[in-house]
Amino acid sequence: MVGTFVGFTTYLGLSAVGIDNAFVQLVGVLVVAVGAMALLGAVIARYLVLPLKSAPPLNILLITLMLGTVLRESVRLFYPDGSNPKPFPYLLPTDSWAFGSFTLRADSIILFIGGLLVIIGVNVLINKTKMGLAIRAVAQDEETAKCMGINYTFTVLLTFALGSGVAAFAGVMNGLYYNEINFSMGLLLGVIGFSAAIIGGLGNIYGAILGGFLFAALQTVGAVALPFSSAYKDVFAFGGVIALMVWRPTGLIAEKSSERV
Amino acid sequence: MDTSKDMLIGLVAIVLGSIFTITFIAIESETGIIGLIALSGAAVVLASRTGISERISNAFSSNESMMNSAVLVAVLVIIFWFREDHFSLLMIATVMLYLTACLGLNIQLGYTGVVNFSGAAFFGIGCYTAAVLNQNTGLSPLIVLVIGGIMAALIGSILILPMLRTRGHYAAVVTIAFAILFKTFLEVNDTLGGAQGLKVPGMEILGWDFNSNIEIGDEIELSFYLNYVAIALVLSVLAFILMRRVERSWIGLNLDAVRLDETVAACFGISIKRWKVTAFTMGNFLIGMSGAVFAMMLGFIAPSNFAFSDSLMLLSIVLLGGMGSPWGTVVAAGLVILLPEKLQVIQEYRFLLFAVVVILILVFKPQGLLPRGLRAYIPGWRG
Repeated sequence: MVGTFVGFTTYLGLSAVGIDNAFVQLVGVLVVAVGAMALLGAVIARYLVLPLKSAPPLNILLITLMLGTVLRESVRLFYPDGSNPKPFPYLLPTDSWAFGSFTLRADSIILFIGGLLVIIGVNVLINKTKMGLAIRAVAQDEETAKCMGINYTFTVLLTFALGSGVAAFAGVMNGLYYNEINFSMGLLLGVIGFSAAIIGGLGNIYGAILGGFLFAALQTVGAVALPFSSAYKDVFAFGGVIALMVWRPTGLIAEKSSERV
Repeated sequence: MDTSKDMLIGLVAIVLGSIFTITFIAIESETGIIGLIALSGAAVVLASRTGISERISNAFSSNESMMNSAVLVAVLVIIFWFREDHFSLLMIATVMLYLTACLGLNIQLGYTGVVNFSGAAFFGIGCYTAAVLNQNTGLSPLIVLVIGGIMAALIGSILILPMLRTRGHYAAVVTIAFAILFKTFLEVNDTLGGAQGLKVPGMEILGWDFNSNIEIGDEIELSFYLNYVAIALVLSVLAFILMRRVERSWIGLNLDAVRLDETVAACFGISIKRWKVTAFTMGNFLIGMSGAVFAMMLGFIAPSNFAFSDSLMLLSIVLLGGMGSPWGTVVAAGLVILLPEKLQVIQEYRFLLFAVVVILILVFKPQGLLPRGLRAYIPGWRG
């Protein structure tokens, strides 16, 4: 959400500088938004999450939720006229092709490919690079990872930067697609993202993808198939989330873990 | 240190506290409020430096019934002071109802470690039950009150199965999903008033209308909110006693064991499922009851009162006060409800400030303002 707003501000700045080429603007917006959010994520991790790593997980969850509130309220209160929705500029080509009754918009394809590239990129980063190995090692066992010479602090900061950067990318894509941004859009999206990651199973990128698609599918089924009203689609989707948690309490793709007593 | 001297200090502290509360509620100017806050902050620091706060807590633990009744008398004095002032009484009643709800949440989170991110949803269930029952039936409000609690507990039992099977983040997502589900459901459901909300008829017991001022003779006229303050006071005192009794009993021991280590508790033959369900249901019952009174007092409810951020606020009260510490919850509920009402400047920045304060508390004082002390197995025992 903040990422989208930073992107928006960047766009305003670039327009003010006088760059009119949509492609340059798009790249500028993406680079600044993703970079700024990655930095913000690392700062948050350094000063709020790392000092608390021995605290119960609930405290950390609550801190991040509260931090979301802080960011959201800051945008509402301190961004000029932040409490009203803002139009996000059209930076993608607006062509569309019609196949019979089905219309394909060029921006949908670009966004789809963009999203796919990010997913593949993150997957390669986590599973194929040395850095990804460090991240997975830290996630599995902090102390052993340290013994193996992994810089713990740096890895955690990097992970947070990566996550926030990818979220900022998603935010900009969301703004590009709906052409409107709003200070409160982050909350529901954040909760949906969190739920999707959880029902997929933490610690697994495929789980997050699966969860994301499943949630969207639940919403769509709720909108199409419910006999009474499509307004209940979110009710249906969150009901589905709760039901899925009963069926697979540790997510669809369960984390490989054993409990030490 | 002899106990009688401690008790004297404790009583003086209660008197000073009630004078402070009365001034705080009565004062209008913003500079006055800020001055009062600064003064109280200085007093707290001074008291902890000179060891007075330790003696006050000694007084509370060694002469419990005496000190508790003293606090009750102080609260009654405060209520009596504002007997004609609608707005102040409304604020006091709101504090008490939130206190009751947070005590319920405290049983869940503070004792048993059951995470509940949908406190506002259960509060809302109580509210809506009261609204529907008062509009459509002629049931006595006291019964409605209990039904509000039962409904919250019943609907909460839908979550029992997912709650028992999940842990940690996975458990959190269940209640977060329920909180959002509940609010969205209310917004789109037309029979329950949709996004516009519902009107709630006030209470009436045996022909005594709660929504008209109390007149005694010709001269004395008391605010009608006094009725609700009385109900809220009874409710919060009962909840407080319940919580204390639960904590001291073998039930509390079991709950603590479940929170501290599930595996060890299970090895000692404590049924984790049974105690989690007990705590969850008991907490939801309290939250639902306070919601029912809240709805009847306000006379109007809408889904936007029960958003996810309100659940977060309830949780913040519990954490601010200190998990499992009833007195801490009292202090925190007072602060969180009264401060934004009194400081209209910060009204706009209320959520921002809450969030910042909760983050600071979690980072620097994770045990809360008045941390729960060690379990006292023998009353007055000091190790």
